[in-house]
Order: sequence, then structure tokens, then C-alpha cells
Amino acid sequence: MKAYDIVIIGGGPAGLAAAVAARKSGVDSILILERDKELGGILNQCIHNGFGLHTFKEELTGPEYAARFIDQVKELQIEYKLHTMVMDISHDKVVTAMNREEGMFTIQAKAVILAMGCRERSRGALNIPGYRPAGIYSAGTAQRLVNREGFMPGREVVILGSGDIGLIMARRMTFEGAKVKVVAELMPYSGGLKRNIVQCLDDYGIPLKLSHTVVEIRGKERLTGITIAEVDSKGKPIPGTEEDYDCDTLLLSVGLIPENELSRGAGVEMSPVTSGPVVNESLETNIEGVFACGNVLHVHDLVDFVSEEAGAAGKNAALYVQGLRTEAAGKEIRLNPIEGVRYTVPSTIRPDQMDDKLTVRFRVGGVYKNCYISVYFDDERVLHRKRPVVAPGEMEEIKLEKAKLLSYPDLKTITVKIEEA
Amino acid sequence: MYDVIIIGAGVSGAASARELSRYQVNACVLEKEEDVCCGTSKANSAIVHAGYDAANGSLMAKLNVQGNKMMEQLSKDLDFEFIQNGSLVVCTEEENRPGLEALLERGIKNGVEGLRIVERDELVEMEPNISDQAVAALYAPTGGIVCPFNLNIALAENACTNGVEFKFNTQVENIEKIEGGFRLTTSQGDYEAKCVVNAAGVYADQIHNMVSEKKISIVPRRGDYCLLDKTAGQHVKRTIFALPGKYGKGILVSPTVHGNLIVGPTAIDIEDKEGTNTTRAGLDEVITKCANTVKNVPLRQVITSFAGLRAHEAGHEFIIEELPEAPGFVDCAGIESPGLTSSPAIGCMVADIVKGILDLKENPNFVGTRKGVLNPEKLSMEERNALIKEQPAYGNIICRCEMVTEGEILDAIHRPLGARSLDGVKRRTRAGMGRCQAGFCSPRTMEILSRELGMDMMEITKSGGESKIVVGTNKDRI
Repeated sequence: MKAYDIVIIGGGPAGLAAAVAARKSGVDSILILERDKELGGILNQCIHNGFGLHTFKEELTGPEYAARFIDQVKELQIEYKLHTMVMDISHDKVVTAMNREEGMFTIQAKAVILAMGCRERSRGALNIPGYRPAGIYSAGTAQRLVNREGFMPGREVVILGSGDIGLIMARRMTFEGAKVKVVAELMPYSGGLKRNIVQCLDDYGIPLKLSHTVVEIRGKERLTGITIAEVDSKGKPIPGTEEDYDCDTLLLSVGLIPENELSRGAGVEMSPVTSGPVVNESLETNIEGVFACGNVLHVHDLVDFVSEEAGAAGKNAALYVQGLRTEAAGKEIRLNPIEGVRYTVPSTIRPDQMDDKLTVRFRVGGVYKNCYISVYFDDERVLHRKRPVVAPGEMEEIKLEKAKLLSYPDLKTITVKIEEA
Repeated sequence: MYDVIIIGAGVSGAASARELSRYQVNACVLEKEEDVCCGTSKANSAIVHAGYDAANGSLMAKLNVQGNKMMEQLSKDLDFEFIQNGSLVVCTEEENRPGLEALLERGIKNGVEGLRIVERDELVEMEPNISDQAVAALYAPTGGIVCPFNLNIALAENACTNGVEFKFNTQVENIEKIEGGFRLTTSQGDYEAKCVVNAAGVYADQIHNMVSEKKISIVPRRGDYCLLDKTAGQHVKRTIFALPGKYGKGILVSPTVHGNLIVGPTAIDIEDKEGTNTTRAGLDEVITKCANTVKNVPLRQVITSFAGLRAHEAGHEFIIEELPEAPGFVDCAGIESPGLTSSPAIGCMVADIVKGILDLKENPNFVGTRKGVLNPEKLSMEERNALIKEQPAYGNIICRCEMVTEGEILDAIHRPLGARSLDGVKRRTRAGMGRCQAGFCSPRTMEILSRELGMDMMEITKSGGESKIVVGTNKDRI
């Protein structure tokens, strides 16, 4: 069996950044396994710009952003295999993979970095009634067809869900000559970034209908139309509010699901909120030496933060395989997301293992205006940051300092919550 | 002039064709859709019923029990998935217990083997997720589950290999009696045959009524279903039915042969024979009622929902007979549940009738076995690597959710009656049937179909007809 110090599952933005960071931390034996025909992951079909503002202080397209990391991977001579599907990861970090040339093979890893990304929620998961004709695509599938292959999935488009990919595709389909009639969003707020609503819908006069959903799908062979209706506060359609749209295409941008089948198979403990692994300050899962980063851990809005997070995972994996981690003193502080905060990543912190500064990322469960993000060390409020608005579509973060945590020797719980003014 | 034309390539038509191919016969199957298994046969509970349900002495009862007994050997001969997982009819109200006893008695009279009543304690041991209200159940160890697609496809492929022709996209529009047989006017020209088998599913009444004054009427009885992810597939081990009670016929909860969990169906009589749309009310009924027999069904794991149409005839009985008013015309109509279970026996019965009419001789070249699309997951790592070395396409995963390789898709396309659409590939290989519902693999499968069949990407369909996946190229209308 081949052996590597670090095996990285996935060569998208998370896997690439993790690999680069691990190499820069001094690990030579690194292997990236990528199932697609090239490195870069989903960025390769994201041909719009807006990537890299945080990381590179300039606006790049998805492929350009990916290329910056791919170039580093190549420069640093990090090994990778393309067209290679990981079939299984065992609890003791044996990775089983397959490709055309080598068949099925196994690799013993000292550390594994999970960087498989996420997939789109499908129509089926929403249980939208109606026929099952051609013409219904997840926004990402349509994006691939248009941006990579040059095919129009349809001419008259309705989009359900205001996730970022849906918003981006509203603009793209318009550019390519389709008519986007409406974007319907079940929630009373958008799931996407504010800038995307402005730049992709408002600029092209595409209406966004909040608190609306698709209640009927027509067309036996190809989609001929859909009906949307307003929903009440529980998400149930309100009779009498139905509106029919003739269209041949329905794009769904209704959420992303971290792709963790391999993690579950390995016995990684999962969070029911993020659908990603539960990790500590080192982005390490319940299995020692198995780390997670990027959208497989929790769905991000911006690739810049994926890269940053993955860099931390790569560095921590390097410390692990090099035996440079200090022995944990056993003290573990629990992060407690409540009152508007749905989750935090990480969910536990061992102060003696953390960097001088640690970013804790989280999402809120609703739109809050003129509120405060508050952090409590046990009962003591240590942060009270005023925010004009927070929303589920925009990931939030706080920074914790090691020195400060160490000055609270009895600290057990860090509570993060939204406090209204 | 053909000896026999079979109208419909669903499971009844395919089984009839396969049984007829045992004889020296010039036979042809006409199918209005682009593939086999496109109607009732593709959208049902996929259950191999034990046979306690149908009325004593009915043809349904007879063929159900016969079909059940044939299924295991047939699954080996024709290489399709069949699991005898057993079924339970659950009684949730003490006062309905006589209903359970009646079902037991009916089953015994129908010749169902191994039936017994299990009491709550044993039931909970058998099925820990059984409803807290369950008091007892009828256990039928001969109940099973089957892949409805591959049963139908296997029968058709085997018939084809043994010489039966299949014509797709061919809709029968009229039938007239002519000297020595029938002339069928279709969307693709005229066909003549000495004998006609009407296996047209929900359209069997229209076909029947073309040659007979004794009109029949098939009412499409729609059933809505939800299919759950494989993570939910172990929720029950057996097929769980509800004893008909104050909630009506009830919703079944069952594992599928592929390891998913299926819940459904509803039963709504409709007029539209193409009305395979699910409705909010129907899906809500499935979601609500499944809790009557099984608790904590993880409904958040639903990956798709669908509706199928049962070909319900008013008499609720299979109509399999040569029409006295139209000699040579054989009905195979009213094939609703337990039609899938009965299909092997239905095929034999139809073939017997036709053999009697045409005085057929045995086909000495008949091959009764067929190999399905190879599933590499069933191979050891050594065998799999040998296969990949020989055919590298087996090392290339196309459908990530179901781990389907390019090799399997190529096999599905190039075998007899091969796949020509995304759904055709899906039914043969499971590609696109998983939790992402083809979001990822569709463009890749389209490329393979396009390359292998020499079709333009713009001509690739989801399921034939106008169900095209892409309609043009970027900016082609600007």
C-alpha cells in the first residue's frame, strides 16, 4: 500500500489551499485526489468576477482565482491525481480510490484533509408537486451547461431560491439571451449576498418575490410552465395567491449540502445544523488526524474564506504529522451558539492548541436589524458588536485571542448570540 | 404479416414477448414511448406481493401466487435484483384484528405459504421502528421487492435476443380486422399481424374498444410516492403495509432493492391517462399516513417524489383472454397491482393463449438466460481491477451518488434495446437516481450518449419526445 503523510480529498479551492499551506509548513509527502478532469473544483465554472477581494485585493474570475492556487501547487510540486474518485476512507485513514489507469487502490495516510465541497439540494428534496419533465435543473448544473459547454438549457426561465448560484445564473442566462421572468424565494429574506441581488437582479429588472414558492410544475415532456404562490410564516402556500408563469426552464438554487458520505463512512461525527463534521480549533474532527475545511465543513459565501480556513487546516495537519503539536492539556471550551446564532465553526476550543488569533465563523437564523453580536465567556459579556443588519445569507465571524482565553483559566463555555437593541 | 403484435412494452407486454419467444414465432412489440418500461411498470411500489390480498378464486390471486413463486428463479435467469424480504400487514387497532384473521384465511386459500400472525412483541423485535400503536401483523415471508425497471428491461432484452422485434415511438391509432388477422395503423405506418396482444396498460381500453363492441374502461388510478435516501434504507427491513381500516387502504413503507426507502402510494382515480403529476395533497397524504404503521420515518431524507397510474378496470380483475368477438385478439388488460408480481405468470398465460391460436412450435434456439448490466460493486477488488485494466471505462465514475461507472453506462447503451435517453440510462444503471438526482452526472451522461449514439447534444432527451435537455447554444438568439 502506498503511504503519504497527508492525503487531501478534493482539489477544489479548499483542497488546494490546504495543500499549499501544508507544504509551506514543511510537509513533503502530500497527495491531492481530485475526481474531475482538472484542479479547481466548482471555480472552473464560475466565470463571473468577484473572487479574491479579500485574499488578493483584486477582483478575479473563478478560474483566475483557482489558477493562483493551482500555480502554487505546481510550483511547490505537490502531487495530485485527477479523474480519481475516492470510494472510501477508513477510520484508520486508509483511503480507497479508483481511476482508469490504476484501477482501485489504497493509500495509508497519516493525516486526511476532507475537502470534498458540497452539492446542490435537488427538486426532490423540496417535494415540489407536479410533473417531472425535462427543463428543471439545479442552478449549478445549468451553470456548467452554459459556462463550460456553451449550451442553453432553455429560453424562458423561472428561478426558485435566491442562493448565490441562482442569482449569478439569472444574470448569466440574461447575458446569453434567455428571459428570466422571476426569482421566487421561500423565505422572507434572500439566501444570497446583497451585492448579488443588486448586480444580478436589480440591474436587469428581474423581480425577486420573497415569501414565494413553486406550487405546481406543468409539462409532460419539457417544462411548459409553473405556478408560484405566496407562503405564510410557516412556509405554507396561501390559497388565492397563485400566479402562473409560462416557462421552459426552472432553475433551483435552494441550498447547498456538504458532501459528507465519505466522512460518515469513516465515522466522523457530524453536526445536524451544518451537515458538516464537528471540529475543534484545529479543524480536526473526532477522528485524530482527520481535518475538514471549506464547504464540506460548512457552506461558505466567499471562496476567500474557504482558502483561509483551508490554510489553517493544512497547517494544523502538518503540525500533526510532524509531531509538533503540544500535548493537549485536556481542557476544552465549548462554543454555545444560541439566540439567533445557528452554529459555530469550530464547536470546541482547546486554548493551548489554538493560534494566537482564531476566527470563529457562524451563521444567523434570521434577519436582525440594529442588533449586537455578543460573546460571553461563561456569564461575562466580552464582546458586544453593533451591526446594522445580519442575515442568514452572509456568514459572520468573530476573532478570539489565545492570550485572552488563557487569562480565563476556569472558562467552560463561550456563548455567541444575537442581542437586539 | 407478423404472427403476433404485442401492443405495449411494459412488464406485461415484455413478459408476453419473452414467453412467446420460446416458440417459433414472428413477433413484434409496438411501444408508443422511446423505451421499454415507460408507463405503469416504471412507477409503482416495486413489491412482489405474497398473494393474500386478491379475492379467493380470482385470476389475480392465481397469477399473483404463481408469479411470486416464479420470481426468484426468473431473477437468476435474467439477472435482475429481487430480494425476498418478507412483508407485514400491520393492525393498529385491536377491533380490526378480525380483518387480519380474514386476510390470513384468504391467503391460505390462495395458496400463500408461510403466513402467520405475529403479536406485538415479536413484531417490535422484527421491526424496531414499527408504530407504537401496532398490535399485531400478518407476516408473509414470501413477500419481496424487485427492481421494476430491470425486471421489465430483462424480459424485453431476453425476448429481443430470442428474435422478437421492438418498435419504439410507435403509437397504435387504429386496428381493423382483415383477412387472416388485423391491420394496425400507427404513428409510424401500418403493421399487420395474425394475432394481437393488447398489453397497453392504461390505454388497454382504447385498444380493446378498437376491435370490440363490448367496451371496457380503464381508469388511471394515480398513486403518489416519495423515495428516501439510502441513509434511510434500513429504517424497516420488510415491506410494511397497513391493514385496511378507518384510514382506508393505507401507505406502505418498504426498503427498495437498491437500498432506498419508499413510502406511498395514494389512490386517486383520474381521467387523464398521462396524468403522472404528483399533487401537494397526495404527497401530504403519503407523508402523514406513513406514520400510521412506522414511526420516525426520516422524511427529511426524501430525494424524489413521483406518481404512477394503476390500470384499474371496474371489475378489479385481470382480463387475460382471447376475445370471442375478435378471434386472434388477446386482451391483457386491467393489469393493476399485483400486476408486477404476476407478470411472469401473465406472460406464460398470454403465450399459452397465443400458442393455442397459432399452433406454435417450440423454438429450439431459445436462450432463457440473460446477463444484466455488470455492477462492479459486486466484484472483489482484484476482479474489479482486472476489469478496469481490460476496460478502463469501469474505472471512471460518472454518477457520484450511486457510484456508476462509464463502463456500466456504455453497457446500458450498447446492449439489445439499449438506452437512448438520460432516463433510459438511469433505469438500466441507476446513474442519476441518487441523492443529487442527476444534477452532477446529467451533462456527463449526455456527452456519453452523444458520443456513442452519434447524436447531437441538442437531440439528447430526458425520456424521448420533446424532453430535450438543452435547446440551443449560448447567445444563439442574440
